[in-house]
Amino acid sequence: MRITKSRVARAITAAVAVGLIATGCSSERDTDNKSDGKKDTFVFAGAGDPASLDPALASDGETFRVTRQAFEALLEHESGGTDLVGGLAETWSSNDKGTVWTFNLRKGVKFHDGEELNAAAVCANYDHWFNWTGTYQSSAVSYYWQTILGGFAKNEDKEAPEANYKSCTAKDENTAVIEVKEPSANLPGGFSLNALAIHSPKAIKEYEKQEATAKGDAITYPKYSQEAGTVAGTGPYKIVKWNKGNKEVTLERFDDYWGEKAKIKNLVFRTIDTEEGRRQALQAGDIDGYDLVAPADVKTLEKQGYVVPTRGVFNLFYVGMSQGANKALKKKEVRQAIAQAIDKENLVKTQLPEGGKVADQFMPDTIAGYSKKVAQYPYDTAKAKDLLKKAGEQKLQIEFCYPTEVTRPYMPAPQDLFELMKADLEKAGITVKPKAMKWNPDYIDAVQVGSCALHLMGWTGDFNDGYNFIGTWFAGFDKQWGFKDKKVFDAVNAGSKMGKAEERTAAYEKANEVIMDYLPGVPVSSSPPAIVFGKNVNPPNVSPLTQEIFAETSFK
Amino acid sequence: MLRLVVRRLLQLIPTLLGLSVLLFLWLNRLPGGPASAILGEKATEADVVRINRALGLDQPVHVQYWRFLKRIFELDLGTSTQTGQPVWDEFVLRFPATVELSLLAILIAVAVGVPLGYFAARNRGGWLDVTAVSGSLVGICIPVFFLALILKGIFAVKLGIFPSYGRLSTGINATDVTGFAVLDGILTGEFDASLDALHHLILPSVALASIPLAVIVRMTRASVLEVQDEDYVRTAESKGLKRSVVRGRHVLRNAMLPVVTAVGLLTGSLLSGAVLTESVFTFGGIGSFIWTAINGRDYPVLVGFIMFIALTYVLINLLVDLAYSLIDPRVRVH
Amino acid sequence: MSVATKTDKIQRLAELAATKETATGASLWREAFRRLKHSKMAIIGAVIIALFIVLAIVGPYIAPYSPTAQTWRGEVFPNRGEFVGARGENWFGLDHLGRDLFSRFLVGARQTLLVGIVATTIGLIIGFVIGGLAGAFATLGGDTGKRIDSVIMRFIDIMLAMPSLLLAVSIAAVMGQSLTAVMIAVGVVQIPVFARLLRGSMLAQGTSDYVLAAQSLGLRKRRIVLSQVIPNSLSPVIVQATLSLATAIIEAAALSYLGLGNPDPAIPEWGVMLTQAQRFFDNAPMMAVYPAVGIIITALGFTLLGEAMREALDPKLRG
Repeated sequence: MRITKSRVARAITAAVAVGLIATGCSSERDTDNKSDGKKDTFVFAGAGDPASLDPALASDGETFRVTRQAFEALLEHESGGTDLVGGLAETWSSNDKGTVWTFNLRKGVKFHDGEELNAAAVCANYDHWFNWTGTYQSSAVSYYWQTILGGFAKNEDKEAPEANYKSCTAKDENTAVIEVKEPSANLPGGFSLNALAIHSPKAIKEYEKQEATAKGDAITYPKYSQEAGTVAGTGPYKIVKWNKGNKEVTLERFDDYWGEKAKIKNLVFRTIDTEEGRRQALQAGDIDGYDLVAPADVKTLEKQGYVVPTRGVFNLFYVGMSQGANKALKKKEVRQAIAQAIDKENLVKTQLPEGGKVADQFMPDTIAGYSKKVAQYPYDTAKAKDLLKKAGEQKLQIEFCYPTEVTRPYMPAPQDLFELMKADLEKAGITVKPKAMKWNPDYIDAVQVGSCALHLMGWTGDFNDGYNFIGTWFAGFDKQWGFKDKKVFDAVNAGSKMGKAEERTAAYEKANEVIMDYLPGVPVSSSPPAIVFGKNVNPPNVSPLTQEIFAETSFK
Repeated sequence: MLRLVVRRLLQLIPTLLGLSVLLFLWLNRLPGGPASAILGEKATEADVVRINRALGLDQPVHVQYWRFLKRIFELDLGTSTQTGQPVWDEFVLRFPATVELSLLAILIAVAVGVPLGYFAARNRGGWLDVTAVSGSLVGICIPVFFLALILKGIFAVKLGIFPSYGRLSTGINATDVTGFAVLDGILTGEFDASLDALHHLILPSVALASIPLAVIVRMTRASVLEVQDEDYVRTAESKGLKRSVVRGRHVLRNAMLPVVTAVGLLTGSLLSGAVLTESVFTFGGIGSFIWTAINGRDYPVLVGFIMFIALTYVLINLLVDLAYSLIDPRVRVH
Repeated sequence: MSVATKTDKIQRLAELAATKETATGASLWREAFRRLKHSKMAIIGAVIIALFIVLAIVGPYIAPYSPTAQTWRGEVFPNRGEFVGARGENWFGLDHLGRDLFSRFLVGARQTLLVGIVATTIGLIIGFVIGGLAGAFATLGGDTGKRIDSVIMRFIDIMLAMPSLLLAVSIAAVMGQSLTAVMIAVGVVQIPVFARLLRGSMLAQGTSDYVLAAQSLGLRKRRIVLSQVIPNSLSPVIVQATLSLATAIIEAAALSYLGLGNPDPAIPEWGVMLTQAQRFFDNAPMMAVYPAVGIIITALGFTLLGEAMREALDPKLRG
């Protein structure tokens, strides 16, 4: 009897084992077969699912990473850089004031659905956005349109920004003229945003048919934006499938592309939400590259033979101060003491990815408008103590908020950065009361309403214009900062309405000096978010704006 | 039997109503709203106000609740604020993945746990018993996420015999019929897709099975030990019935009662485990979706989900009761 | 038999199977304790727990360095994957911010124990009250009592059906991130288990001869419940409390993994240490291994003792 028992037990164990091994082996064979032939699929992992296949409805990098491969805007950034170059418009110009923008379109550009690009198609897009109603006017849906060109033909919400867009006219077949009411620092940079990329007029008509389905008290994305088939742009890849269950968007080379055709036939974006998960998938050979690499992994991956190109910096990480939350912050000495108590050098040296730089103003040094003459506040604990004494705040207690469960391109591990800063501040005699919050939404809300005396925040630029940085924070009273200083506000706004880029640059430089003199917060660093590729990949030019064009990628 | 089913279903209505009131009060206590979850650091105060207004969140709770009830009667669960898609569609998209994962986990747990527990009990004190008992004790003490990470590190990254994430390989052309990846492949004849899906399921479901497996081993063992000393088993043995008959019909069958209950009760804990395993393996199921819904304050998804779980729970309990009556003739329901 | 009694019977069967109970209180405990002393499982469990408790008490005093001082922060470069492993000065090496891991491990034991104990106590007390009320109503409250019991139990059942982790996560979401939130979240999740167990156990007692006898003697119902039913229903609850300590510690670690752990970096806790370390698993695996082993062994200690107690109280299960 004993024998029978163990025989049954053994049989079960064996069956399970065989089953496991069989499935294991069979698929190993599969992958082997695939790599025998020429690899024609490139798999890249991002950190989140795209929100929509229509970039106009999106505001997040995960969406744009996908849509950028399929949609092109009037202007683009040079591959791997931050300078504006022609996109669908070969050349462009504006009047002196900066209110009339003329675009000379590229000829022979085809959309994925076979339509031709012309001035009427461009205007169809801009008018489509301008005439959005209902749900589409929510900033959750049309964030970038509202940021760049203001409100809509008929604003339904009193608090929506006023429209700055005036009209788009097709002067001739290949010349589109866009007029705005006021000059803006967001132009022409804004024309390069993927959110304002040009869609096929046929697709636009289809979009408009579906708009009616959006419901009253919910923000519902239209169906066309959630499945491949309708959306059509001009990019080197066309979107063929979005498998949401498997978190996977598949793109295929567009053979009628006007420029250099994509080198790899299939491009697949998949979502792996954790840093470790992405790294392990790459190491396991399941993917060919991923973005947002943990700084700790960069050197390791490099040593293991993976390709880790370094991006230029285009973001800013800072310690924000909400003067409304702690009266002591109203004293400049206190703000200065905090600035001088923090060892930024150490943060950059030990925590941030290679290529990271210490920041001395609210703008990275890659942006036109960066000033070399701003006031410096070097690390000096003794000086910080002195300043606190002068301010009569030797016993300063301050709440310091930091987010958990998040990595942003500008701050890879907020909690670690926080702990290091906390130790620094304590050395200078400041009592830090830590407050951890989930990034979403607790932290962002708390920072916005100014309830966090000290907090960690940052910004990644959308395009190369200084106002995109300093204008975000210091254009007027903002609860996050909680101060009113006319000198700062005026200096920041001076550049925003200038039509000419050179004049703006000079104004921004001045503004940076004024800001750093006032010292509303502590700019800490600018750092490139790391990106990594498989050992057999010739990577695309990596972009400081994280706008990689995967058509440039090939296998070795 | 029909009366039982109808009665249980009727009991469901007041329960769900009460639950939904509690839910709304609770959600109202959650700080923040979906707006900043949507826009991140880009959200300005005005944006937040406008988005909340668009979502009807500026209304008092009772108005929101009334709207919710009206929608429910129209069989509409609302729209997810994270994805902008109907909640129902999101569930249909993601539930199958979790169900598949949990089913396989339970299957592994039962297929390995019941025989292991049974033989451990028959061999009380033997090496199998000692191994099974100590193994199951250690099994419930390893945090699921850590086990999942270790399994992934060894079998997916080091040995490369299993995929490290996802539900299907890239390039597998699977037609979507039911949403159950394994089943779809069988239905459409795309067996390679089925196999591939199964291949992706193994590591996460083994990780997920660890706790139910441990519970089932111990449950079965305890239960067999108890039953085999019962009078009816002795009687059956002394009557000279074949041992296999005694064991199968008397011992195992009776010992299964508490095990079946345990399996029913484990479904809840499976979903907890699924949140963690899905997150480690980026397995696009409902567990990780709800987890992001909590963080993103996706009220419609949360309400819909909790109502759905309550419903499922009652239904599973009903099934357990029916299973009882099939296994144990003494409680057969007429 | 009617449908109702059938389903009751099913439930009772399940509860009886989980909690085999005999009637005589004090002698049972004495007997159980005698058996515990001879159980290898119990001894191992008790030794682990004792070590853990000693560690939790003296840990902070024997820690060689401050657990929060970033004394060696110039020597570790997380951004380059350069860490410092075990060495003479630092027995467990350094963590990613240049702090002494061994000191953090020692101090972390206390925090981990605290989370386990407080959470379990919360679950135990609230679960005890709810389960006790339901059980009292069900055994001695007549038809109205049964109805009240069934309402209470339906909600307890639904609570039990909620994925515990999601329940904990949402509680932590309401309360904001703090150590208290973690303890309460983990504790609340335990409520339905205790409630159900106590009630089930009381139901089993409710039909026993001595309760019937007491009733027929005309004793007051409250008195019967408090002096007879509850004391005799306690043993499975105590066993469960021991097991719950293990669950609570593991659950707290899971909450940390999901980013809801104890946020105060000044107080090291194993779950948080493990979560932080797994980012560096490739370069410094030991950083994760110490807290992980700590958690597993401690949880194992409580599980072993709990299981041994369960077996001791129920001779049939003795292995």
